[in-house]
Amino acid sequence: MSATVLVDGDQLRRTVARIAHEIVERHADPAAIALVGIHTRGVPLANRLAELIKSFAGAAPALGTLDIALYRDDLGSRPASPIVHDTRLEFSITERAVILVDDVLYTGRTIRAALDALLDYGRPPLVQLAVLVDRGHRELPIRPDYVGRNFPTDTRERIAVRLTQIDGVDEIVRHTDEEVR
Amino acid sequence: MPRSLLAITDVDRAEVARLLRVANRFREVMARDIKKVPTLRGRTIVNLFFEASTRTATSFELAGKRLSADVISIKGKGSSLEKGESLKDTVLTLASYAPDVLVIRHQSAGACALAGRYTDAAVINAGDGKHAHPTQALLDLYTVEREVGPIDGLHVAFVGDIAHSRVARSGIAGFRMMGAKVSVVGPPTLLPRHAEESLGVDVSTDIADIADADVVYVLRMQLERMGPGRLVPSLREYAATYGVSHARLRPGQRVMHAGPINRGVEIADDLADDPGTLIVPQAANGMIVRMAVLYDLIAAPEGASEQRSALGDAVAV
Repeated sequence: MSATVLVDGDQLRRTVARIAHEIVERHADPAAIALVGIHTRGVPLANRLAELIKSFAGAAPALGTLDIALYRDDLGSRPASPIVHDTRLEFSITERAVILVDDVLYTGRTIRAALDALLDYGRPPLVQLAVLVDRGHRELPIRPDYVGRNFPTDTRERIAVRLTQIDGVDEIVRHTDEEVR
Repeated sequence: MPRSLLAITDVDRAEVARLLRVANRFREVMARDIKKVPTLRGRTIVNLFFEASTRTATSFELAGKRLSADVISIKGKGSSLEKGESLKDTVLTLASYAPDVLVIRHQSAGACALAGRYTDAAVINAGDGKHAHPTQALLDLYTVEREVGPIDGLHVAFVGDIAHSRVARSGIAGFRMMGAKVSVVGPPTLLPRHAEESLGVDVSTDIADIADADVVYVLRMQLERMGPGRLVPSLREYAATYGVSHARLRPGQRVMHAGPINRGVEIADDLADDPGTLIVPQAANGMIVRMAVLYDLIAAPEGASEQRSALGDAVAV
């Protein structure tokens, strides 16, 4: 019955700001990069990072969204078909460094699917990965370039990122087994 | 046992709405340079067409291929169906290759339900006799929602050969499910008996009664299913009395036809060529709607409600 708040609203906002600073540090011209949020919570996260980068560096990166439902490797083995969202990439990715943005990095399979989905739209010169939480337990050779927080976890736990745009509150919560149905 | 799609009534209003949203996602895929996604890689789809088809057969085949499935299409001509192999034996043979989906068109109502007894594959009814054609209804709903607007509250009039039409049967049920008012207009000999009670629609034999409709759905005269001169005195007389033309429409009414059309019979030549009709969008939307159906049947073998999908997504990491 335990749900632990690991990161509260203020801490979460500071962490997102730090990631934005790190991106600016490594990309002198933010207008030449694209932030692509992976549905669902990668999308508002990418929006926030873009706004922060614009306020820090004076130029806004391009923004896109990516849906990976059609690229999953576990089709039919989940209890319900994944919700299919929009993919919106209104710029040519062959000319831009793309930073994929997601909330939680876990097995790496979502990112594998995201890379496949992204590369169907073109060949970006560089692809990086920004995540708010890295909880370990990778099943594929994938690593993030920008990490908000590292939380070593048990596989029976669940890490839930909540963002005001979707959930009405900013926080990161750890749920233990019995709560995960 | 996987879920099958044998009639439009196999899905409810929420599931139809979800399928139409998924179809919209595939519209984006079709706008790309590479019109293919790896979603159904390694899956097998068998199209089994005992009866003639251009649109349905082609769009199902292409839908499967664009999802990266292996697709086999078997037509009546050139297969053992010509040698008199029964439906049961054909299905048992194909089932031994362990397909994920069987898409079946057959001249007899109930053939798809029967076929489903002999295979573990999901069965999609691509038209069985005068009974049902659920993917046609879905693509019609998608087309109206996209080109005309929300279906709830619209008035759709089906005109012509209702009695022989599986397009009408599935379409009427589909449009009513989504909240449209539906009426049918046609000669008494081409209306099913007790249409008012059995279909739950207003029935008229006067073509002037299409005036109230937002959408006029013109049905093909199914000449192959009626003997000459038995149900209508002549095609000329039918065209004069029930043929839909610009003269019988008011501005703003949208015209649909599932094809193939008999020009100058149920629909006037120049109306069939009018870019304002929904006939071309209907054909184009067939493929993306069928992609959505194939995706859904294979991705959610136990049948998924919107709620469970939402939960599934929330727990995914």
